[in-house]
Amino acid sequence: MINLIYYELLKIFKKWRTYIGFIAIGILIPLIEFVLYFSGQGIIENTTKRLEQDFILVGNLFNGWFVTHLIMNSLWIHIPFLICLVAGDVLAGEASAGTYRILLIRPVSRDKILISKYIATLIYTLSLVFFLAFISLGLGLLLLGTGDLLIFKDGLLILPQDELWFRFFLSFLFASYAMCVVSTLAFLFSSLVENSIGPIIGTMAVIIFFFIIGNLPYDFFITLKPYLFTTYLDVWTLVFDEKIDWSMIVKHILILSIYMLSLFLPTYLLFRKKDILS
Amino acid sequence: MNELVLKTNNLTKTFKKKKAVDSLNLEVLKGDVFGFLGPNGAGKSTTIRMLFGLIFPDCGDIEIFGKSLKNNRRNALKDVGGIVEKSDFYLYLTGYKNLELLSSLSGKVDKKRIFEVLEIVGLKERAHDKVKTYSHGMKQRLGIAQALVSNPKLIILDEPTNGLDPQGMKEIRDLIKELSSSQNITVFISSHLLNEIEQIATRMAIINQGKLITQGYVKDLLNSEETKFFFKIDDKEKATNILTEKYSITDITILEDGLECKLKNDIIPYVNKSFVESNIKVYAITPKRTLEEYFLSVTENNEKY
Repeated sequence: MINLIYYELLKIFKKWRTYIGFIAIGILIPLIEFVLYFSGQGIIENTTKRLEQDFILVGNLFNGWFVTHLIMNSLWIHIPFLICLVAGDVLAGEASAGTYRILLIRPVSRDKILISKYIATLIYTLSLVFFLAFISLGLGLLLLGTGDLLIFKDGLLILPQDELWFRFFLSFLFASYAMCVVSTLAFLFSSLVENSIGPIIGTMAVIIFFFIIGNLPYDFFITLKPYLFTTYLDVWTLVFDEKIDWSMIVKHILILSIYMLSLFLPTYLLFRKKDILS
Repeated sequence: MNELVLKTNNLTKTFKKKKAVDSLNLEVLKGDVFGFLGPNGAGKSTTIRMLFGLIFPDCGDIEIFGKSLKNNRRNALKDVGGIVEKSDFYLYLTGYKNLELLSSLSGKVDKKRIFEVLEIVGLKERAHDKVKTYSHGMKQRLGIAQALVSNPKLIILDEPTNGLDPQGMKEIRDLIKELSSSQNITVFISSHLLNEIEQIATRMAIINQGKLITQGYVKDLLNSEETKFFFKIDDKEKATNILTEKYSITDITILEDGLECKLKNDIIPYVNKSFVESNIKVYAITPKRTLEEYFLSVTENNEKY
């Protein structure tokens, strides 16, 4: 099985499209951080101007932690899109290239092939999120230094510097897990079609549609919201509460796990019995 | 020698109410070069896809080396290699890496064997070039290499000469003959070209519209039917007289550089002898049989009886 995963990873990482995500992050994040380094101080000044009438704010609030926290908002739409580029291609790419015909004629079970592809997809997802963490935190702290973290969430919250390594580690860990749901959805769509464009567009359409209806302030949509997986993709934000609500995090993780399982199960059942006609 | 290597029992597959393969019963014996003939759309590729478990039959079963594909896919395909339709590979990987990846799915990776098969198909020098730089013929040869890499006892090739130039077709045919004779590999090869199968196969089956038309030894099947032959000769008048008087052949077409007529395979040596003894110069005797004509004659005969 490890062998199969190795070769699936080889296939993923030998493809040019795999690096689009890494290149996009590798260019955009440093660009954002350099721009913020030269002109971003205004953001903090504008925000804290009114507060300074009542409080004395000391220390470096416009720091690497703050910028990384800002950048993590790309986890709503941008990073899922980069994940879909690869996850949507893992199965559909084999169909469109005709390589199922050399792969599935081997004396190895389809279950093993599917599971190895899925694990390789999850590894790619984790690597992309951790690359985002490495670049945004690494460069952010190097350029803008460290300090307490200023957060605007139901008011103003300042998290002390000494907790931030742990909080950001958890945050990226949970973000990776949430992104695995996105890749599982793209993987499901990828098993249904023979062209990777469909799974990419399909996954993004579902995410955007769910985000929109999950945020509409009408009773029907409010009732619907707990059933949408996008509601729980924000699990990474929960570690930035003043007091971490572990029960809420566990609930989110459990629900995301159920979604992952219920998206993977049909993929598995379909793939086992799928006629390979490509 | 008559050990059964591959057997299909009432194999049937329907796509949208159309039967692509209809109660197909095939028997491939050990050591056969088994030609699987049929016109385009006859159900050859669907059958081959079922033989590999790429497509699931609606009913019927496949036994390979006595093991049911349905119940024991892994063991049934353990000693089988093949190509299904055209050879598609991971274009962004090298020829060597493709074979390494594929052989890992069949068990362990044997680097020596990979180079061995690359040498057999004449691709050793290009082993570390990406497949996207290969020509169509090279990809087909790499297809044969991947079929051989796991030391199979049976290889199933789906129209392996498709799209190749005459030289490439000859190379593949020679390779198949070589594999069968020196490595004792049973070969199942599909084609829509009767003359291709005639050149390499020992036994054959013909299907049309998913149904088996006939199955047996190539020699027996082809010799039992009359075939149109082209005789490239110098004295057409004398030859016509011989054919008419000695062999009672009347349906003769005179052409610019020879003549054409229908006769059975087994009298060809005698006709040739008669021509030579009558001082007619014989430059070539070429069968002009097409699969369509053969079908027609088989169908006509079936209707007669």
